[in-house]
Amino acid sequence: MTNIADILAEHEGSEGPLLPILHDVQRIFGHVSEDAMREIAHALNLTRAEVYGVVSFYHDFRKESDTRPVIKLCRAEACKARGVEALVPQADSQTRVRIEAVYCLGLCSVGPAAMIGDQVYARLNQERLVSLMETA
Amino acid sequence: MKARISDDAVAIACGADAVAAAFEKAGVEVERVSSWGMHWLEPLVEMDGVGYGPVSPDQIAAILSGSAPSIGRIADHPFITRQTRLTFARAGKTRPTSLDDFYATAGWIGLAKAREIGPEAIVETLIASGLRGRGGAGFPAGIKWKTVAGAISDQKYIVCNADEGDSATFADRMVMEGDPFMLIEGMAIAAFAVGASKGYVYIRSEYPHAIAKMQAAVIACAHLIAPFVIEVRVGAGAYVCGEETSLLNSLEGKRGEVRAKPPLPALEGLFGKPTVVNNVLTLAAVPWILAHGGDAYAAFGMGRSKGTMPVQLAGNVKHGGLFEVAFGITLGELVHDIGGGTDSGRPVRCVQVGGPLGAYIPPSQFDLPFDYEAFAAADALIGHAGITVFDDTVDMAQMARFAMEFCAIESCGKCTPCRLGSTRGVETIDQIIAGKNVEANLALIADLSETMKFGSLCALGGFTPYPVMSAINHFPEDFR
Repeated sequence: MTNIADILAEHEGSEGPLLPILHDVQRIFGHVSEDAMREIAHALNLTRAEVYGVVSFYHDFRKESDTRPVIKLCRAEACKARGVEALVPQADSQTRVRIEAVYCLGLCSVGPAAMIGDQVYARLNQERLVSLMETA
Repeated sequence: MKARISDDAVAIACGADAVAAAFEKAGVEVERVSSWGMHWLEPLVEMDGVGYGPVSPDQIAAILSGSAPSIGRIADHPFITRQTRLTFARAGKTRPTSLDDFYATAGWIGLAKAREIGPEAIVETLIASGLRGRGGAGFPAGIKWKTVAGAISDQKYIVCNADEGDSATFADRMVMEGDPFMLIEGMAIAAFAVGASKGYVYIRSEYPHAIAKMQAAVIACAHLIAPFVIEVRVGAGAYVCGEETSLLNSLEGKRGEVRAKPPLPALEGLFGKPTVVNNVLTLAAVPWILAHGGDAYAAFGMGRSKGTMPVQLAGNVKHGGLFEVAFGITLGELVHDIGGGTDSGRPVRCVQVGGPLGAYIPPSQFDLPFDYEAFAAADALIGHAGITVFDDTVDMAQMARFAMEFCAIESCGKCTPCRLGSTRGVETIDQIIAGKNVEANLALIADLSETMKFGSLCALGGFTPYPVMSAINHFPEDFR
């Protein structure tokens, strides 16, 4: 799949297909552009406002492109209890990777935890996080 | 000789893939199984029933030569023997997406029994079991099914709520990654009982391993649950979609905004059709109940809290993991006897039970039994039974602030107390932390909490006051 029309065709006949379509667009293009929203709205017989409303509601969808690697660092209670907040200043001191806060990866007994793409990492400390930020 | 290593996300995050690769390199056959739920030992390696953990690749030679220290037989470990595993009976023992393993461990017996006794008797069995919704609300599952079964419609749906967003909870994830067919069996029984033809599993996007396993399992067993069809749908990072009506909107391709009730989803749910919305653990408990009978399940537990609860021990706890036990066990037993106290070795200051919307509970209340009603009476909630342990370095004013901040970040925006109250809450707690008009601002937070509790549409705004007020009431010294 390389263009929006192919993605739309893939989901034809599916009930409530907007989220699966947006996931595909986000995965393939790295963001959901205004042009993409226009084309999706037209195909699903929705207004552009409705599609924009959905894109802006969910944390997973981005309207602007950012090609940097992303580290999702869990900042929820269980990881706080295991010391994630002490790692944050270090993470925020660099710009090579985008650090996104995520609220729970379900690794709450072995935090601090992070995710890069579909890869998960647990028992993070300063040294391991630095190594992830350098290699992500 | 085989090395059995979990392919659960916790095991993988702790390095299980590298350990498995090292065993294969050493010429040892590796079998990837579900997790036993003893997370502090991951990556845990089982050889001839004996466990080693946590294992790193450089310890493999010692394990193979017999010189590495073991934890003994895993099945005899006190963390396992003290549990009553009904939902997690297969944990650690089977290959998650192997239909052969599922058949060999009493898989599909509940569904066969359901087909034999018919829809009405299934609902009666569920009501007799006393099973209550494990997602947090604790609503009797049998009553919900009965409502959907009684609704007249050309189309009904089964929706499995797998949007497990609460911190300290991972039991849903472990079911989907470790025993996906059991969940599918539960959904198929529900579908047969209420007359639904289509099911959706709505899984949060933060769980890629669960998504992959569920997708594989749904394809592998499609012929066994036909004509019922299940589709896996992926969330998009919105915590509020764990609320059932918000989840339904999200499935329909809309913003995940909460719907006002009534109408109940049981009558007007997904696409306006009668819909059973149940949590993963609720549906996963169903096959056992059908196979063994409602009364057998109801024999576990206390009061109106029947059966077992997969408790999740998390945060700063020495022995973190999954502990399934009958209702009635006390919080203190769970935190100290089972969990072994804090991982840092410092004193326990408090625990938060029930995720980000649950109350902070001090050790003076650790005699509280795990029971929906007992927790409610103590102004706390069981929720999805996640327990986050904190040691004495925690700053409770910061945790109260975070509760409000989390609500502000995740609010769907539909109702004012939640949308505005949470942001005003953060600002007011910031004033308190800065030492400005502390008493007046604390009174303001109490008043705001009252408004959010009774004025919000759903549990996000409605329950955020629990962590906030419990932190203020139990740990006033952190606010002054």
